[in-house]
Amino acid sequence: MARNRLAWGLLAALVIIVAVAAVIAIIGRGDRATQPLTAYTAPALAKMPAAASVPGVPGEWHIPAGDYASTRYSDLSQITTQNVGQLKPAFTFDTGFLKGHEAAPLIVGSTMYLITPYPNVVYALDLTKPGAAVKWRFDPKPDPKSQGVACCDVVSRGMSYDNGRLFMVTLDGQVIALDANSGAQVWRTPIADISKGETVTMAPLVAAGKVLVGDAGGEFGVRGSLTALDEGSGKIVWRAYSTGPDKDVLIGPNFHPYYAQDRGKDLGVTSWPGEAWKQGGGTVWGWISYDPELRTIYYGTSNPGPWNPEQRPGDNKWTAGVFARDIDTGQAKWFYQSNPHDLYDHDDINELILLDMPVDGKMRKVIVHPGRTGYMYVLDRLTGQVLSADPYSYITAYTGVDLKTGRLQHNPAKEPVSGRVVRGICPAPPGGKDWNPSAFSPRTGLVYVPHLNLCNDNALSQPNYIPGTAYLGVEAKMYAGPGGNRGVLTAWDPVRRKAAFEIKEDLPLWSGALATAGDVVFYGTLDGWFKAIDARSGKLLWKFKTESGIVGQPVTYRGPDGRQYVAIFSGVGGWVGGLVSNGFDHRDPTGGLGIFNAVQDLPKKSPRGGRLYAFALPR
Amino acid sequence: MPSPCRASLLIVALLAGGCDQMRNDPRGHPLPETPPLVSTVLSPVRADPRAADYQNNAFQVSNGQLYYHWMNCTGCHSEGGGGIGPSLMDVNWRYGSTMEDVVQSISNGRPNGMPAFGGKMTAAQIWQTAAYVRSLSQHVPQSIRSGRSEGLSVGEPSTLRDPHPYRAVTPKQDEATVK
Repeated sequence: MARNRLAWGLLAALVIIVAVAAVIAIIGRGDRATQPLTAYTAPALAKMPAAASVPGVPGEWHIPAGDYASTRYSDLSQITTQNVGQLKPAFTFDTGFLKGHEAAPLIVGSTMYLITPYPNVVYALDLTKPGAAVKWRFDPKPDPKSQGVACCDVVSRGMSYDNGRLFMVTLDGQVIALDANSGAQVWRTPIADISKGETVTMAPLVAAGKVLVGDAGGEFGVRGSLTALDEGSGKIVWRAYSTGPDKDVLIGPNFHPYYAQDRGKDLGVTSWPGEAWKQGGGTVWGWISYDPELRTIYYGTSNPGPWNPEQRPGDNKWTAGVFARDIDTGQAKWFYQSNPHDLYDHDDINELILLDMPVDGKMRKVIVHPGRTGYMYVLDRLTGQVLSADPYSYITAYTGVDLKTGRLQHNPAKEPVSGRVVRGICPAPPGGKDWNPSAFSPRTGLVYVPHLNLCNDNALSQPNYIPGTAYLGVEAKMYAGPGGNRGVLTAWDPVRRKAAFEIKEDLPLWSGALATAGDVVFYGTLDGWFKAIDARSGKLLWKFKTESGIVGQPVTYRGPDGRQYVAIFSGVGGWVGGLVSNGFDHRDPTGGLGIFNAVQDLPKKSPRGGRLYAFALPR
Repeated sequence: MPSPCRASLLIVALLAGGCDQMRNDPRGHPLPETPPLVSTVLSPVRADPRAADYQNNAFQVSNGQLYYHWMNCTGCHSEGGGGIGPSLMDVNWRYGSTMEDVVQSISNGRPNGMPAFGGKMTAAQIWQTAAYVRSLSQHVPQSIRSGRSEGLSVGEPSTLRDPHPYRAVTPKQDEATVK
C-alpha cells in the first residue's frame, strides 16, 4: 500500500516536471523566434588576438588561413551585401589536373601562387597581365608510388609564403622552398617515408623562422609527427612524435596538461598494448595556429591506428587531441585528449581558431575548435582547460564532455564490437566536420562552420600490419543523418554557445569558408556552386556554378587594379569527392571507407575538374 | 519468399555457371607451387595454364577472398569499389584484366602505388587472390563466387550483385529535382 502511494506520488511529480519543462521549452523557442535574424550580433563580441596578423601588406593572402589565428577573415570591404550580387568571373585558370583541388591560392604583391594536387605542380600567375598569364611553373616530380599510400585522394591543402620564399610540400613528403620571384628551388628536405605509408597533404605553416610540417597516413599505421625546419636552410630543427616515450614526444619539465587523464610518464608508450604505439597513427595532417605573443603553436593529432579499437586497448596517447608547443624548441606546454581511445576515426586535426572573448563575464584567451566528434570546443589556450563543449552537429555516439575530467562520454549502445554490426552511429567517420576550415568574423562575432550531417553502420574485422598497406579493420557504410541533408553551414556564436543560423545543404560540405568586412561569407558546394551569404542572416545573396565540385578554400585579395577579388579552386575530390576524381564505383557501399554510399548521386552532379576562378565586381 | 528477380537471377546463374562448376572438381586438384611470373614489359607472359584452374573453382576463389581481407586489400580497394586504390568491380583495368595481369599486379606491384605482395604470399595464394579479384568484376561465373562475405559486413554478398558486368548508365531525366 505504502509503496503504491509512493509510486503515485513519484508519477505526479514526474508529470509536473515534464509540464514545467515543456512550458520552459515553449517559452525558450518563442524567445529564439523573436530574435531578428536580419541583424544578428553576438552580445559581447569575440575578437581576434592583437598580434595574429601575418607580416605583409593588408589585402594580400600569405598563408591558407589568412592569419596565424586561423580566422580566414579579410578587412577588404569593397564587396558588400549590397553589391555582391553583381560579382562576375574576372579570369579563370585551368591547372591541367583532375584530382581534388583543396588548396588555398596565395596572393603576394601582384602574383597569385597555386599548387595542384599530385604531382603538386606550382604556378605563379602575373595578375597585372590580362587573363593572369603564367609567370613561372615548378614541377617537383614526386614519386608516383606515393599515390598508393595517400588516404582518400592525392590532395594538397596549400602552401605558405614568407620573406620572398614560397614553402610547399609534395605528396611524398619533400618540403621545398622556392624563390617566389623566379620559381627556383632554394632547398629541399624529405620528411616522410612512403614505404611506411607516410605522405603529406597539409599546408606547411611558416612562423618565427620555422617551417612546420606534419605527416599523414593514420590509415596506414604510421607514427605521426610534426617537424620544424629552419626557414633559411631547410635543416630539421625539431621533431615531435605523437606516440612513444616522452623524449620523442618532446615532453619535458614545461609540460602541464590541465586534466589528470593527460598526466603521467611515457603515456605515449604505456597507454598502448605492447609496441602498438610504433604503428599508432596520431598524424598531423590538419591545421596549425600560432600565437606570436605566447610564442606557442596549437595543432591537433589524428585518429589512432588501426581503426579497429579492439586491437589497441588503452587511451592511445597522444592521438586525437590538441597539443600546445613552444615554437622555438618544440617542447610541449599542454595536451588535451578530446577523444581518448578513439572508436570511430574521429581525429582532432580540425582548425583551431584563436580568439579573445568573454567567458562567464571574464575575457579569456581561447581556442574555438569545431571537433570531428560533433562538439564545439572552447579551450583556454593558456592551460588547455575545456571551458565548454556544445554539440553543433547531430550526435548519437557520445553523450557529452565531462568538464571536470575533460573526458568524452561514450554512448555504450553505439560502441563497435566484434561479431555485431552497430547501426546509426552519428557522426560518421569524417565526423561532424572534416578538415575543411571555418571562418570567423569579428564584426558579427560568429564562426562560420561548413560541416557534415552523416551517420554510419560499422562492422569490425581484423587488420594485419603490413608496412605500406592500409591498416583499418573497420567496414563502414555512411548515409545522411536526420533531415536527409548531408551538409550544413552553421553560424556559431561562441559567446552564447549556440547556432545563430544554419543553412542545410543537400550534399556534404567539403569546402572551406571565408568571411569579409563587407559582411559576406563565401563557401562552395560539391555540385559546383560558389555561394555568398549575408554574414548576419545567412540569406543567400549570390551564387555561381563552376565547372566541378568545390572542395577548395576561398580567399580574397586586392588586385593590382585596386579591385577586391575572391578566388576559389573548383575541382571535386578529397575523401568524399574521390568517388568522382578517381572514377571509383558507387555500387560498393563500403567503398572509400564507406563514404561512397552517402554520395552515390555525386558522379551525376559533378564532373571532374581543376580550375581556379577569380571573381570581382564590374569596373 | 524469394523475390521473382532473385529467383530468375538464380536460374540464369545456374544456366550460365552451373555447367562450369559441374565440370570442375569443387574442391580443386592440387596445384603445383611454381615461381611467380616474371614481368617484362616487352614480352608480357600470356595464357598461363594455371589461370583456368584457379578462376573456375569455387574453393580457390573463396580462399582468395580470405587473403583479400587478411592482406588488407579491403583497406584500399574496399569490397571492390575502391577508395585509395582503384575500383576492382568495373570494366576499367589500368594494367589488364586477365588472370596473368592481375597476378602480376599483386606479385610485383604497380608504379602508381600498388605495393608488391610477392615476398609476402605464396604463388598459390596470389593466384587465389587474383581469382577472387576477378570475381568482383563478374569475370568469374556466378556459381563460383562466394555467397557470403568473409567476416561481418555492412554490405551485401557478391552473389546478390548485378550479374552483368558494369556498363555506363545513362542518367535519368528527373535528377535535377532539388530536395
